[in-house]
Amino acid sequence: MGILADKNTKVIVQGITGKAARFHTKAMLEYGTQIVAGVTPGKAGETVESVPVYDTVRDAVAATGATASVIYVPARFAADAIMEAVDAELDLVVCITEHIPVQDMVKVRRYMEGKKTRLVGPNCPGLLTVDGCKLGIIPGYIHRKGHVGVISRSGTLTYEATFQLTEAGIGQTTALGIGGDPIKGTDFIDALRLFNDDPDTYAVLMIGEIGGSAEEDAAKWIQANMKKPVAAFIAGRQAPPGKRMGHAGAIISGGKGTAADKIRALNAAGIQVADTVAHIGETVVATLKDAGIYDACHTC
Amino acid sequence: MNIHEYQSKQILKQYGVAVPEGFPAFSVEEAVAAAEKLAAPVTVVKAQIHAGGRGKAGGVKIAKSLAEVRQYADELLGKTLVTKQTGPAGKKVQRLLIESGASIRHEYYLSFVIDRQTARVVMMGSEAGGMDIETVAAETPEKILKEVIDPAVGLQAFQCTRMAYGLHLPQAVIRKAVKFMQGLYACFTDKDCSLVETNPFVVTADDEVLALDAKLNFDDSALFRHPEIEMLRDEAEENAKEREAAQAGLNYVDLGGDVACMVNGAGLAMATVDIIKYFGGDPANFLDVGGDSTPEKIAKAFSIMLEDGQAKGIFVNIFGGINRCDLVAEGIVKAAKMISSDGKSLPVPVVVRLEGTNVERGREILQNADVENVIMAPTMEGGAEVIVKMVKEAQVAA
Repeated sequence: MGILADKNTKVIVQGITGKAARFHTKAMLEYGTQIVAGVTPGKAGETVESVPVYDTVRDAVAATGATASVIYVPARFAADAIMEAVDAELDLVVCITEHIPVQDMVKVRRYMEGKKTRLVGPNCPGLLTVDGCKLGIIPGYIHRKGHVGVISRSGTLTYEATFQLTEAGIGQTTALGIGGDPIKGTDFIDALRLFNDDPDTYAVLMIGEIGGSAEEDAAKWIQANMKKPVAAFIAGRQAPPGKRMGHAGAIISGGKGTAADKIRALNAAGIQVADTVAHIGETVVATLKDAGIYDACHTC
Repeated sequence: MNIHEYQSKQILKQYGVAVPEGFPAFSVEEAVAAAEKLAAPVTVVKAQIHAGGRGKAGGVKIAKSLAEVRQYADELLGKTLVTKQTGPAGKKVQRLLIESGASIRHEYYLSFVIDRQTARVVMMGSEAGGMDIETVAAETPEKILKEVIDPAVGLQAFQCTRMAYGLHLPQAVIRKAVKFMQGLYACFTDKDCSLVETNPFVVTADDEVLALDAKLNFDDSALFRHPEIEMLRDEAEENAKEREAAQAGLNYVDLGGDVACMVNGAGLAMATVDIIKYFGGDPANFLDVGGDSTPEKIAKAFSIMLEDGQAKGIFVNIFGGINRCDLVAEGIVKAAKMISSDGKSLPVPVVVRLEGTNVERGREILQNADVENVIMAPTMEGGAEVIVKMVKEAQVAA
């Protein structure tokens, strides 16, 4: 199980003929993902790793019945690529691209209103359902099959945390990077809702960072709705106000979006927050033990 | 990216937003010449730095004669202003804005920002103009009015009218206020702003609506389509190390301390700064070297961290997910050779924590390399603890 995609999901890669996309298409195929087509305008008829390339998303979908897409298109064309995928009525679109202008994403979100597509990202590592499939750039080998869902705004922190879980013998269902941009498709609450409904997921690890109030909103939602235990980590305790810390969305502005506020909100909702990045695994283990599901989640 | 107030006002004028008449000045003589040209009964001399809170810090002066303009310009140019936004070091004033004074009837606040929750541009207004809007938001949030803008149709006149009446603007200026707000919004979308703020905007005694102050911030990701904005960059206002890093494709934020770090990924980089502090260290910087670090890039990162003797120790924290640890290790060795005088000595201890793809090979390369002062850390926690301890010991020894 897991969320959003599994080994039966048929996936297209937009921008497949680019260097990074070729590299990751190979890695996704090796992990078992069904990459059925690629899209690059003007490159129809070519193949990448034996995957046929089409000029448009609609052509690729018509030929293959794909329901999901991963986007590696350069930033200035990425918003258009997302809208093309939404127009082709795909169920799931994962946009890896970083540095998309924020106002382009405002338009994309408006365009998506009333449409069926779920967007993950942009500026994210994508998602990986263990022993099923991966859409994006998350490395496969750090995972172990199990029952903890991972949601994160950061790529390398997702890998770091997942690695700590695997080392501690705690397997995962799906790891989902929602991205470091201020305007995105899927936020913590959307992801928590999906994990809450996934029978295979017994607990969730949520990794947030400074900027915005998505963690505070998620804390409230968890307290009211979540049936499963949640552990958390927040990056950026030492971030100065008004400075963008790498991610477009990681900025304390107008005194809002501090790590202290987020940790306070999570603690108030009964969620344990790791005190340093090195203790994420331990914090998840403690949370599982408190909930009496450690044995059920310990997979080795 | 930030620009100066005078530049912001020049841009806003292009969108039909009324601003006081004024000229920038880089010297006392230019300031006096500008005031002469304005020939106004009252002239305002405003320090131009990339930080708010200038008024309270003495950076805005009201001159009633050319002699006073000369006096104030002389005082302000070259002076270091410390405002609540500059930090204790302050910012040196190198430019002035010389403006005609306005006869103010009332001051208001208006801004445009992107709201994360609604994924839309929001116009915010308040009758408490000239005040610190963060204080207003914290103490009396009901005094802030909001209009959420549909990007498909843009800011509508009825929304501006509703805002104008909500702010209790005089009936005589309602239409002017609508034009004023629509001009600001047009600028926001046209120029890919992340913030358009006028605090205060005023209604004058002769019923004009005027942006007395103006602040524009721009989305760095959209600068590729705005070369005209990129041209306005004032390098003197930016942190030299941050600027140098950005040019090399590195994401660097100066934090002022002495324990430096080099990390791959923004989230892990933030968390690394936090863990240095957790063990009692004083973080020197945030640095994300990204996923595809060449030895040249790593060498550049090292030399930036070591500049002016700031870093007394460096913690390299790499999780090789997609990156291979062996390549990172090779990069560190090559970088060490590039920046050291004899090809093997690094001036400060470098603690390296590697994890992930090809980690064993990576550790081997570093252990066997002919470079002094590189210490392998078995874990992240251990690495952070060791580098903080080494920097503290070096301080005691010195």
